[in-house]
Amino acid sequence: MTNSWTDIRNTDLVLVMGGNAAEAHPVGFKWVVEAMEKRKAKLISVDPRFNRTSAVADFYAPIRNGTDIAFLGGVINWLLTNDKIHHEYVKFNTDATFLTKPGFELKDGVFSGYDEARRKYDKSTWGYQLGEDGYVLVDDTMQDPACVYQQLKKHYSRYTPEMVSKICGTPKDKFLKVCEMLGEMSAPDKTSTILYALGWTQHTVGSQNIRTMAMIQLLLGNIGRPGGGVNALRGHSNVQGVTDMNAYAEVFSGYLSAPMDGDDTYEKYLKRCTPKPLRPNQFNYWSNFPRFFNSLMKSYFGKAATPENNFCYDWVPKLEGGFDAMHLFELMHQGKMNGFLSQGFNPLATVPNKNKLSAALAKLKYLVVIDPLETETADFWQNFGPFNDAKPENIQTEVFRLPSNCFAEEEGSLTNSSRVAIWKEASIALPGEAKVDSEIMALLFVKLREMYAKEGGAFPDAIANLAWDYVQPKEPSSTELLREINGKALADVLAPADPANPTAPRAVLVKAGQQLPGFAMLRDDGSTACGNWLYSGAWTEAGNMTARRSLNDPTGLGVYQNFGFAWPANRRILYNRASADPSGKPWAPNKKYEYWNGKAWTGADIPDMMPTAAPEMGMGSFIMNPEGVARLHAIGMAEGPFPEHYEPFETPIGVNPLHPGNPKALSNPCARVFKSDMDAFGKKEEFPYSATTYRLTEHFHTWTKHARLNAIIQPESFVEISEELAKEKGIRHGDSVKVSSNRGHIVTKAVVTKRIKPWDVNDQKVHLVGIPFHWGFKGQTKNGYLANTLTPFVGDANSQTPEFKAFLVNIEKV
Amino acid sequence: MDMNRRQFFRVSGAGLAASSLVALGFSPTAALAETRAFKLTHATVSHSICPYCSVSCGMLIYKLGDEAKNVRERVIHVEGDPDNPVSRGSLCPKGSGVLDMINSPARVKYPAVREPGSKEWKRISWDEAITRIAKRMKADRDANFQTKNAAGTTVNRWTTTGFLMCSSSSNESSYLTVKVARGLGMVGIDTQARV
Repeated sequence: MTNSWTDIRNTDLVLVMGGNAAEAHPVGFKWVVEAMEKRKAKLISVDPRFNRTSAVADFYAPIRNGTDIAFLGGVINWLLTNDKIHHEYVKFNTDATFLTKPGFELKDGVFSGYDEARRKYDKSTWGYQLGEDGYVLVDDTMQDPACVYQQLKKHYSRYTPEMVSKICGTPKDKFLKVCEMLGEMSAPDKTSTILYALGWTQHTVGSQNIRTMAMIQLLLGNIGRPGGGVNALRGHSNVQGVTDMNAYAEVFSGYLSAPMDGDDTYEKYLKRCTPKPLRPNQFNYWSNFPRFFNSLMKSYFGKAATPENNFCYDWVPKLEGGFDAMHLFELMHQGKMNGFLSQGFNPLATVPNKNKLSAALAKLKYLVVIDPLETETADFWQNFGPFNDAKPENIQTEVFRLPSNCFAEEEGSLTNSSRVAIWKEASIALPGEAKVDSEIMALLFVKLREMYAKEGGAFPDAIANLAWDYVQPKEPSSTELLREINGKALADVLAPADPANPTAPRAVLVKAGQQLPGFAMLRDDGSTACGNWLYSGAWTEAGNMTARRSLNDPTGLGVYQNFGFAWPANRRILYNRASADPSGKPWAPNKKYEYWNGKAWTGADIPDMMPTAAPEMGMGSFIMNPEGVARLHAIGMAEGPFPEHYEPFETPIGVNPLHPGNPKALSNPCARVFKSDMDAFGKKEEFPYSATTYRLTEHFHTWTKHARLNAIIQPESFVEISEELAKEKGIRHGDSVKVSSNRGHIVTKAVVTKRIKPWDVNDQKVHLVGIPFHWGFKGQTKNGYLANTLTPFVGDANSQTPEFKAFLVNIEKV
Repeated sequence: MDMNRRQFFRVSGAGLAASSLVALGFSPTAALAETRAFKLTHATVSHSICPYCSVSCGMLIYKLGDEAKNVRERVIHVEGDPDNPVSRGSLCPKGSGVLDMINSPARVKYPAVREPGSKEWKRISWDEAITRIAKRMKADRDANFQTKNAAGTTVNRWTTTGFLMCSSSSNESSYLTVKVARGLGMVGIDTQARV
């Protein structure tokens, strides 16, 4: 979330799309209810189903799953055509005035530079025109046809209300009503918020779904302001924190881009990751990259990391290509993976295509499952009849199962969706011989380190020197670890030399050995260590900032500065300099947040700006971007600088109505598809119904089927279909049905409901099959099939998040 | 004194303690007016956070057991923490039922192994589990570790063992897990946050 749960109270309009907050985040949704009651805020729900959020919304519009870009692109077109944009905000805070390169174009649904064989773009025609000074050329009148504003207008002019209705199945009047309600939010004294979740991410165009909405929020002038923002409602209690710690191949802790094969020298790596400003007087915060990276290496390798050896740059692994969950299972399926560790993760139920995953796991030499609960993954080799038809005698994988803690047994911090890290106590002793996750990792590491010390082996240097000065090496405490993450001074941290008097002694900002007060103190010379720069400030000399529990909210805006610690820098709304106009005054008196007081930036929050940068300097609000503004034209995206509608890989209409003649533009041209999976896609002739998976409020993933109370209230798996489809297929409420995709089938119960209606799309009727995914072949609930048997093995072209929200199935009564 | 004969005997039967209470000014009437104490008054309360969605509602967890040796701790009650500014004391249907998750019969309590081709789990000690896993990992790492790629660039990576990491452990466990994996040269790492 750019904003926070408690900031939702400041909004005038809530759009819930790509999510179902009332069902999946019920307690957070109370802030929506509060805004509706106290501020008379309106709630819009746009969803394939009339869901629990729709039930309490002021307005509901249906949409076919997998067509959000068409809908939102239509909104952009409407806002531009009807001049419902916040002009001054857009001009100051976005790249609307920037000139794009002359060769850039979209032809038949594909942008310039497409290489079909590699499914990748050569992006040389994308991006901005640079002047001789290295800065972007701009046209403040926004009349130049090459400027981003005009390009945007041209791109979305094709997304007419008629086209939106044809692709999405949303009745035209309902679509226009949503546009009008959003358009009102372009007034400077109004802000609207978007709450989304996996309904947007789990598509082959997931990242672009979210980007399209972010562009709308920029056009309306809603980012960085109270009651505004782009707000991802994260799924797990600590999915945000683990994302920040970057348990990913491609980034190190704190979103530091990991070294690739091409970064053959340390200098080259730093150069790639440290951008130069693209406009004059910009903060360009990533210019600090070397401070963040070198300090991380000091945390990893301690004294062994020195300026002379480039802080052990050669010791950290270089990445070649992707290593996301689907890629890992593809390698496993090809027999290129020998071992696998699965910690608090049940991939058999959560990575697509269960049958492929089972076959892949059976090719491993060893599998280690670390989990508090018995999972389907740990038992993939067992025979559970038709639910898991395995033959244990044929599976040679050695499987270890290690008992770990559940939440109540571990002390430490969790980061909520608002980026606020909060400390929790250990409430109860571990059951049996279970151990906390960090202890298990420590035991394993210390054992490996002993073995390498005794026997030698491949590249032992990084193992021997990994900084491990914990009081109990086999049981590091969360307090020690959070202190390490926060970072400390290894030598005195000195103030920069005074340019007027360079030989004068420099002031000591932090003494050697002290905890750092924040990431501004990080240095690139080895004098600081920091495990994650974003969390610097979480455990300072004043103690554990995540354990603060003050309910003080001095402005009444829901800014609890002394409750926990929000990254970065305890900031509660990101980009909050944009809450003031270019001259530093609030956009409207009722939306006062951060402002320039004549000497410094101040207000309800920690300013997201150099605190002393006077507005006249023209420093932009988006300090992490080298251009200082937010991007309407973003070349970082795999499939194009402007989001374009592409059909799901399994499309119920078999054509992209925007580009009916170009099969290359049917589905995302840049999504990665492995060969064997391409063959496993189904066609609409055999699998005519569009399907999506989702959660129920009574269950959480595949965990709560192990809890009795949850099992009592939702005991058995089911799918939801419309009355129309039920009639067509002769299915009655409660009947057993077989739902099949080209990858497998499940047998379950049918719930026939008015909450689902067929759509009129591209002159045909399209039906939805809704599939809640909480059940499996283990648990207190009635055993059944994993819904994951049906799902396709393809993901978003940028994030590789699987397309769980749009695929094809057939349904038959059994 | 407002008591019948049976009650009188019960109070007297409490013996010296009761008489001393009277001597100290506590009358038996007041003692009798005291209802049975709530179990929660004997419980230890701690601050926790709901493990499910990322609203991360504050929770108060009440347990019996004083951490003395041979005392089995037991969570007896979980309720919303009214002093959490986001959740303000609320819990949803999932969070309200979290006691059954903590005490689930499906909790794994001991390390176990399923040998190749076997049809069952076999309980083993932690020492055996860690030693066997470490041997497996070392053998794979030593056999497949790449110090340089085809172009001669130092890459120091291990690609043949993968690791999917937890999204519900603490930030601290997560940080340490990543640190260990990177220290071993692993590149095949991912987390639930991706999906």
